[in-house]
Amino acid sequence: MSITNSRLTAAEYHENFSDIHPPFENHSAALVEANRCLFCYDAPCTKSCPTGINVPKFIKQITTDNIKGSAHTIFSANIMGGGCSKVCPVEKLCEGACVFNLMEEEPIPIAKLQRYSTEKAIGNNWQYFERKPSTGRKVAVVGAGPAGLSCAHVLSREGVDVTIFEKEAKGGGLMTYGIAAYKVTPEFCEEEVNYILGIGGIEVRYGQELGKNISLEELRKNFDAVYLGFGVGVARQLDIPGEELDGVVDAISFIYDIRTKGYPAVPVGDKVAVIGMGMTAIDAATQAKRLGAKEVTLVYRRTQAEMPCTEAELNIAKLDGCEIIWLAAPKEATGENGKVNTLTCNLMQLGEPDASGRRAPVDTGQTISLNVDMVIKAAGQMPFGDLIAKNSLNNNKGKVAINEHSSTNIPGVFAGGDCVNGGKEVVDAVQAGKEGAASILEFLFYAKPQSS
Amino acid sequence: MADISSDFLGIKSPNPFWLASAPPTDKKINVLRAFEAGWGGVVWKTLGSQVKNVSSRYSAVDFNGTRVMGFNNIELISDRPLQINLDEIKECIRLFPDRAMVVSLMADNDRDSWHELIKKVEDTGAHGLELNFGCPHGMIERGMGAAVGQDPEIAKMVVEWVMEKATIPVITKLTPNVHSPVPAGKAVVEAGTNALSLINTIQSVTGINLDTLVPNPNVGGKSVFGGYCGPAVKPIALKMLTNISQNPVTRKVPISGIGGISTWKDAVEFMLLGASNVQVCTAVMKHGFRIVEDMCEGLSNWMDEKGFRKLEDFIGRSVNNITHWEELDINYHHIAKINQDKCIHCGLCYIVCEDTSHQSINIAKGHPYNTYTVKDEECVGCNLCQLVCPVTDCITMEEHRVAPEYVNWKDYQRLGLPLNDH
Ligand SMILES: Cc1cc2nc3c(=O)[nH]c(=O)nc-3n(C[C@H](O)[C@H](O)[C@H](O)COP(=O)(O)OP(=O)(O)OC[C@H]3O[C@@H](n4cnc5c(N)ncnc54)[C@H](O)[C@@H]3O)c2cc1C
Ligand SMILES: Cc1cc2nc3c(=O)[nH]c(=O)nc-3n(C[C@H](O)[C@H](O)[C@H](O)COP(=O)(O)O)c2cc1C
Ligand code: SF4
Ligand code: SF4
Repeated sequence: MSITNSRLTAAEYHENFSDIHPPFENHSAALVEANRCLFCYDAPCTKSCPTGINVPKFIKQITTDNIKGSAHTIFSANIMGGGCSKVCPVEKLCEGACVFNLMEEEPIPIAKLQRYSTEKAIGNNWQYFERKPSTGRKVAVVGAGPAGLSCAHVLSREGVDVTIFEKEAKGGGLMTYGIAAYKVTPEFCEEEVNYILGIGGIEVRYGQELGKNISLEELRKNFDAVYLGFGVGVARQLDIPGEELDGVVDAISFIYDIRTKGYPAVPVGDKVAVIGMGMTAIDAATQAKRLGAKEVTLVYRRTQAEMPCTEAELNIAKLDGCEIIWLAAPKEATGENGKVNTLTCNLMQLGEPDASGRRAPVDTGQTISLNVDMVIKAAGQMPFGDLIAKNSLNNNKGKVAINEHSSTNIPGVFAGGDCVNGGKEVVDAVQAGKEGAASILEFLFYAKPQSS
Repeated sequence: MADISSDFLGIKSPNPFWLASAPPTDKKINVLRAFEAGWGGVVWKTLGSQVKNVSSRYSAVDFNGTRVMGFNNIELISDRPLQINLDEIKECIRLFPDRAMVVSLMADNDRDSWHELIKKVEDTGAHGLELNFGCPHGMIERGMGAAVGQDPEIAKMVVEWVMEKATIPVITKLTPNVHSPVPAGKAVVEAGTNALSLINTIQSVTGINLDTLVPNPNVGGKSVFGGYCGPAVKPIALKMLTNISQNPVTRKVPISGIGGISTWKDAVEFMLLGASNVQVCTAVMKHGFRIVEDMCEGLSNWMDEKGFRKLEDFIGRSVNNITHWEELDINYHHIAKINQDKCIHCGLCYIVCEDTSHQSINIAKGHPYNTYTVKDEECVGCNLCQLVCPVTDCITMEEHRVAPEYVNWKDYQRLGLPLNDH
């Protein structure tokens, strides 16, 4: 048993990480599905999309051979409509609400149709939005993730000069560094970022980290407003003995390596335990398996009824051959020569509902031990608590607190996306960016001058 | 089991389904395949005047992803040598003696041409003749086809020539490219035709290629009006059939119904409105001859369910259910009802009623599903919501008579009852 890289051939890596939801083969195939759409009024799918894309309209536009218009409909609500079409957990969003579900029929493949139109638009670089002449107002955006990019795009359209400060070397945030490699490719992420920046008026300064190279005071001094979209950080600590052993790794870093170093470079164990049952846990487990791990076991302290990932996500893991142990909470990791070889878990049972409304797991006193050589921690992510506290930002357990106008407690400083909600979906971050931009525009152009 | 065999002017066929005069019936190979598949009879592709065809010849109208909802052609009558056609007709009759063989004719516009053609065709042993007075393109410019069918005087004259010579039953095929088929129908019945058939194709432009800006079908950069047929024309055909079935002169002769028939249900509708049998063209041009299997089985099953033993038991049964507007019962009223258990909350009923009808549907917003209910007092019973609802039997129209007695428009005016009161 050991943790090694280069377990597979190039062809095997390619096969394991190819598009999990392939696009339509051709126009006729897209039309068959587009024509099924009923063109609902006040459509449940639209109401269930966090960015409120006018789904019936964009689908209808596919049927009238107006692909240009279709992509415009999508992008006017969601400038990352291309990426969202590949990564949205649609079964709990638009497609989950499609009225066909109520007839026990397959819902309209909304995301696949959305991908159809947006890929054409991005591929042909159809730019729909023209930047208004510069107003001379300047806004700093921290983080080139979905929230920051979406905010910057709306601001630039209105003639604001935007500067994005991004600590990494590429834009896209977790879209580029966190989401499973079989959902989006690095090439697509780059193309999408370039497409968004294609409007002009947005300068991205890479390798610039708030709290390190730059400070909030500087930004407030040099810009008329600041938008914080820096997301959340590494995986939550388990706070169990043995966490420091070799082979106990953080899911976010593990996935970051997959997305940045290339598959053969990423080491993985023979027997891997993944802790958690959220989207990140599923992604870590399936990708560990796809990198060549022999056995992957997901360990979750509650039951399927309480799991945060969707049924569809769980099925991906199951189909990849991952095992699941429900009602098991990690107790300690032990090992030899500093390397982990055993994960011991307390067996749990469900008790009374907790603060989240879900039944809380209660220790039964029994334990099980798993023979492992790698443990991946994916029990939620840690907000950038230090950064937030140091800058005197009001917060809620490390999540930036904002009011209904996306404003933090510091005048002129706005925030949104994962750094506020603690970690949701890309589509939520895009919506947060739009809302933040609307409030910033209000602040820059309409609000009464504030005395600071 | 119901008997679906048909007797049209003494021309017998195992079922009432004939192929209309068109490419599916223009040579032996097709006709034999049709008979093998089970078609009851054919009307052979029109023979007569000398012609030359062009390419392309067809175009179609698609709807919401369904191909060939309407079909259009600019073909002429048979462009094969007459003698080959005659030999093949004879051969087909010999091989399938139990099927109907009617031959469509369109001679040059003089008595001798018609007489000569009739003689040659009768010599094949064909069971009947159909006069093509309907072709709307190519022939019309030469005073034939629809040019004959559109002018009752000329139509009458040609039928008189034909009846002087013909010894087998004569069916006259009417054109729909007129305000009403009745004047020409009356004229040819008075001239002695033994039966009528309708409709032929309707003049049309099916569409324009938005790249080249040339309408379809494109013949070297130009197009012409074509003849429209297929499912799209069925309602028009049914209306014209009703005109003929209700007119005291034209209803004296049997009618062969044509126009947009694709299924046994379509066929039954034509027969309920007075057609003794039906003819099909576009549906086989879209699907092939095999569709006749379900047409026979579906007809037979429906007749069994309804207790009809032979075709005559139901032919014409709906003719009198189409009346004049002023005879309709104004006290009849019905109101839409939405079955909440079946509703899928698509909102289509609401938006069509709100935008284009009587604002009679109530919306209660929900997330993500709204609830829709009918405002009974506002609903005028127009059916629009029911028509657009994608769920079968979700919206039903419930009878709520205004008053028990029958009151029509004439009574209404006589009694001075309120008008424009909604
Ligand atoms: C493993 C994993 C899988 C996921 N899978 C999906 C999925 O399939 N579908 C889906 O919709 N969502 C998924 N998500 C969630 C989704 O990625 C996030 O909700 C979304 O990216 C949040 O956008 P954001 O802009 O708020 O933050 P981020 O995407 O995190 O972007 C923040 C940006 O800020 C930069 N930054 C951070 N700190 C600083 C700093 N101090 N100074 C300057 N720049 C900084 C970061 O480098 C990054 O570019 C997944 C998340 C994870 C972790
Ligand atoms: C390609 C084509 C050629 C036709 N040629 C003739 C013809 O030669 N003689 C004729 O009487 N009708 C002709 N018709 C009309 C058909 O017989 C029939 O009346 C019409 O198509 C309506 O029936 P449908 O809707 O079932 O197609 C033709 C129709 C088509 C599509
Ligand atoms: S953005 Fe996501 S949730 Fe919204 S319509 Fe597209 S796929 Fe569905
Ligand atoms: S709910 Fe389904 S059918 Fe209705 S508009 Fe949306 S995708 Fe189309």
